[in-house]
Amino acid sequence: MPFMKFVKSLALPSEMLPPIIEEESHFDPETEHSAAKLGMWLFLATELLLFGGLFAAYAIFRAKYPEMFLEGSASLDVVLGTVNTVILIFSSYTVAIAVSAIQENRIRLVKWMLWITIICAAIFAVNKYFEYSYKISNGITPGTDIFYSIYYAATGVHMLHVFIGMAVLGVLLKKVNEGRYHKGNFTAIEIGGLYWHLVDLIWIYLFPLLYLA
Amino acid sequence: MSQSHSFDKSYLEDGTGFKSWFFTHDHKRLGVMYLWAIGIFFILAAIASFLIRFEHLTPGQTIVDAQTYNVLFTLHGAVMVFLFIVPGVAASFGNFLIPLMIGARDVIFPKLNLYSFWVYCAGAIIFLIALAAPADTGWTFYTPYSIDTGANVILVTFGVFVLGFSSILTGINFIVSIHKLRAPGLTWDRLPLFCWAAYATSLLQVLATPVVGITLLLLIGERYFGLGFFDPAKGGDPVLFQHFFWFYSHPAVYIMILPAMGIISEVIPVFSRKPIFGYKAIAYSSLAIALISFLVWGHHMFVSGQSKLINIIFSVITFAVAVPTAIKVFNWLWTMYKGSIELSAAMLYSLAFIFLFTIGGLTGLFLGALAADVHLHDTYFVVAHMHYVMIGGTVFGLFSAIHFWYPKMWGKMFDEFKAKIAFVLIFIGFNIVFFPQFILGTLGMPRRYFNYSPEFATLHQISTYGTWILGIGFIIMLYALLRPISNKAEANPYKSASLEWAMPSPPPTLNFEKIPTLTASTYDYGTKLEQEA
Amino acid sequence: MNWLPTSASTFAPEVDFVLWLVTIISVVSCILIGFLLIYFVIKYKKKSDNDQTPAITHDSFLETLWTVIPTILCIVIFIYGYVYYDRYTTIPENAYEINVTAKKWIWTFDYPNGKKTLGELYVPANKPIRLVMTSEDVLHSFFVPAFRVKQDVIGNRYTFINFTATKEGEFVVYCTEYCGSSHSNMLAKVHVLPELEYLKWESGESAKTSKIASDMPLDQIGKQLYSDKGCVACHSLDGAAGVGPSWKGLYNAKRVFTDGTSAAADENYLKESILYPGEKMVEGYGPVMPSYKGLLDDAEITALIEYIKTLK
Repeated sequence: MPFMKFVKSLALPSEMLPPIIEEESHFDPETEHSAAKLGMWLFLATELLLFGGLFAAYAIFRAKYPEMFLEGSASLDVVLGTVNTVILIFSSYTVAIAVSAIQENRIRLVKWMLWITIICAAIFAVNKYFEYSYKISNGITPGTDIFYSIYYAATGVHMLHVFIGMAVLGVLLKKVNEGRYHKGNFTAIEIGGLYWHLVDLIWIYLFPLLYLA
Repeated sequence: MSQSHSFDKSYLEDGTGFKSWFFTHDHKRLGVMYLWAIGIFFILAAIASFLIRFEHLTPGQTIVDAQTYNVLFTLHGAVMVFLFIVPGVAASFGNFLIPLMIGARDVIFPKLNLYSFWVYCAGAIIFLIALAAPADTGWTFYTPYSIDTGANVILVTFGVFVLGFSSILTGINFIVSIHKLRAPGLTWDRLPLFCWAAYATSLLQVLATPVVGITLLLLIGERYFGLGFFDPAKGGDPVLFQHFFWFYSHPAVYIMILPAMGIISEVIPVFSRKPIFGYKAIAYSSLAIALISFLVWGHHMFVSGQSKLINIIFSVITFAVAVPTAIKVFNWLWTMYKGSIELSAAMLYSLAFIFLFTIGGLTGLFLGALAADVHLHDTYFVVAHMHYVMIGGTVFGLFSAIHFWYPKMWGKMFDEFKAKIAFVLIFIGFNIVFFPQFILGTLGMPRRYFNYSPEFATLHQISTYGTWILGIGFIIMLYALLRPISNKAEANPYKSASLEWAMPSPPPTLNFEKIPTLTASTYDYGTKLEQEA
Repeated sequence: MNWLPTSASTFAPEVDFVLWLVTIISVVSCILIGFLLIYFVIKYKKKSDNDQTPAITHDSFLETLWTVIPTILCIVIFIYGYVYYDRYTTIPENAYEINVTAKKWIWTFDYPNGKKTLGELYVPANKPIRLVMTSEDVLHSFFVPAFRVKQDVIGNRYTFINFTATKEGEFVVYCTEYCGSSHSNMLAKVHVLPELEYLKWESGESAKTSKIASDMPLDQIGKQLYSDKGCVACHSLDGAAGVGPSWKGLYNAKRVFTDGTSAAADENYLKESILYPGEKMVEGYGPVMPSYKGLLDDAEITALIEYIKTLK
């Protein structure tokens, strides 16, 4: 019977397996690394679709109210926006250095780079705070018109991602300080870096759409 | 969590007490807990639906007033959709079965899997509190009603947002597991169809959920910060909300139904002793359906005020998605041809699935045809169509799974006879409840109506009587399942060729002592006629 | 049993044709699949554990057959659905335009000559009509089963319905987009009149005045107006609190207002409340009622008050 054949095939000694020591190590490090990266890319896809909704709303309302968008855009502070863009691009660069440094076991450099990235994020947040509070003190709120609805919603959701990114990088930094990451174990830093690149990338789209329209 | 994972202890015996369950990384225990959770939410939402039907026993007020009625149908719809059917089969049986079927010791990210469950619990608590507040928006949260109403929409939508996270994380876990953890020899064209379906479902969860996430986030913003996207009073567009909402919620329909289709594809070959007919057609049509489902959301909006051209395009694509669905039905049917068919309870539910899903699918053709949809949209016809797909499809699929994998999951055997009686009552009751609603719909009875004109009374009453039969059926089924007749189940009572049966029932915590190497298809039944290996 | 409502527009038989077409296809498919299911179950019933079964995994002919046939059927259904829909949505020439305004939970109709009706739409038979609709608050949807037409009504933009009524008589209008507690009471009526009679109505000679002129007792006319003019959506007759106060026992009852003052609900108070509902807001109710100024004449208001008096 085919079924019996099947069961017998199961009983055949398969390749040697590493002994089970603790729960987390069902899988070899190679699989774990590539799986973590695939998982992160999928997560980044969901993030892109999350912002995709906002970009779609932007396109639709911009087509509907072109003048409103031009006017609104002109009222935003291009200098502050540019500064923030440069800061984020720079922070993407520092996090990339951290990812390559950990693979060469240059732990001190990793720590420095993570610190600089977090500080850049903080500066970005402070700038944004001034921008928001200046707008609100001038009576421009999310409900003013559709352009500002988009402006506050998109930059707000992005800001939330900056904070989450800071938290992630902070945790990574703490674990680096504890000596948890090294040449043989750098997956977490790599996927943390991927996340930060995404935060950066989204801003690179938001900046021209909102500030330079 | 130490060395104790011997392979002579089942996963159910491996630790007792609340902590051993609530902090487990074991995919089987998580699957079982999801099953309990969705079971409880199903009962809760079903009770709401019994009250709704009871209210319709007479025109005007029977037991509750209009506002309570609105709260009830919101509760019913929202709990059924977001707490029961979206996580549903995928989270419960997906978790339990995928690692077993692909020959792995667990999903790829066991810790993340536990976190998804916690997130689900947290979301469910927030959601239920908010619904009890009470909420009266309907499960679709259409604006501007949801912006104006006094109900606590912020909390409801936040609950859905949190639940969405759980859905995304589970989806990522399944996709990566199926990519990275298949046992040697388990090639893509040997992958059990349930895994194919779960894979397609997970893709939808990962790609569609964030869109409803941002939509609900914006809705929260509308209420809290005064954003104006969806509020016509502020220059916004309520139709845009519907586009965003259905961009998620139509794929979500397939998140609900695809795993059930996977179950049917597993159960029918076993009880027909035949390999599944058209393996590739079923596997690829799952993916095709998943992808096309992203392009048909507009068919929920034919009368919403979107442009005529867009309506026509969406109608075309809708009919395109009907074809792969029809192919699946015929494939299941032909799997039985020249088989050796055993009518177990699980098989009965699967066969009923084919029939009821066919009705559900065919009535979808009415709604896809533009001229007919203008008349039928937002009437009871839609209610009936949707329940034929969701109950006749998904819930019958789930019931089939519960009966089929019962020995594997619990290591016990239930009473087939009682289960079959329950099946007969559920099948008849279901049709009595929902078939008259098709006629109510064509006659013009609108949905979400507390009051109705006396000419509809007879059909409404028949429908209500049906719920009583259905309810008795559910109770007997629960009784049959909760009172097993034997505490000892064989490893493979149904002589299935699939991998999950090649281990004791219930399985040990780490599933496989040795990771198996597969040499044959998981549908290796029957005598080969000629050709291929 | 009849499964379709009366057919009273040019579009209705076309919709019915599509419904019949898909019904026949569906019934035939269902019977085919149901028959095969039962036939296989009986014919290939398990006889023993050692039943020999053939390992059939595919059959190109059958698979082509059940791909091609559903595809063709789908195309046919789509085409009929599309052609009729196209005809329905094409703006008719010389259409008679009526503006429709939806508001929780009442329909208002504005006619080209400035006439206005509430909860009752008058249209001439056999003449293309175009409804231009908008909402003042949440979404609503205008649905006339007898005409097979339906369209959502949205704030801040217009949506349209085209139809030509073919049958004279009175047809029900439903709101089919959920709009709150009185959603299921947001009904209206379409009166399809012969063209001559319609012209007469439009110039204000018949129909409306005829109601008062008839020899019905005043309170009976009031009862009629109660359901025709949309009062029913918010005011119950049995004492149950709705969006507005119940009419039961309302006459001469003491009303306490939001500004703390109070008054008895006598004839003058009732009349004022119908014409200027925002003037004196009773505690516990919101300013949602539209003014009926210009929509009810004095005789009608008197009839309504007489009706309220009878509700003890």
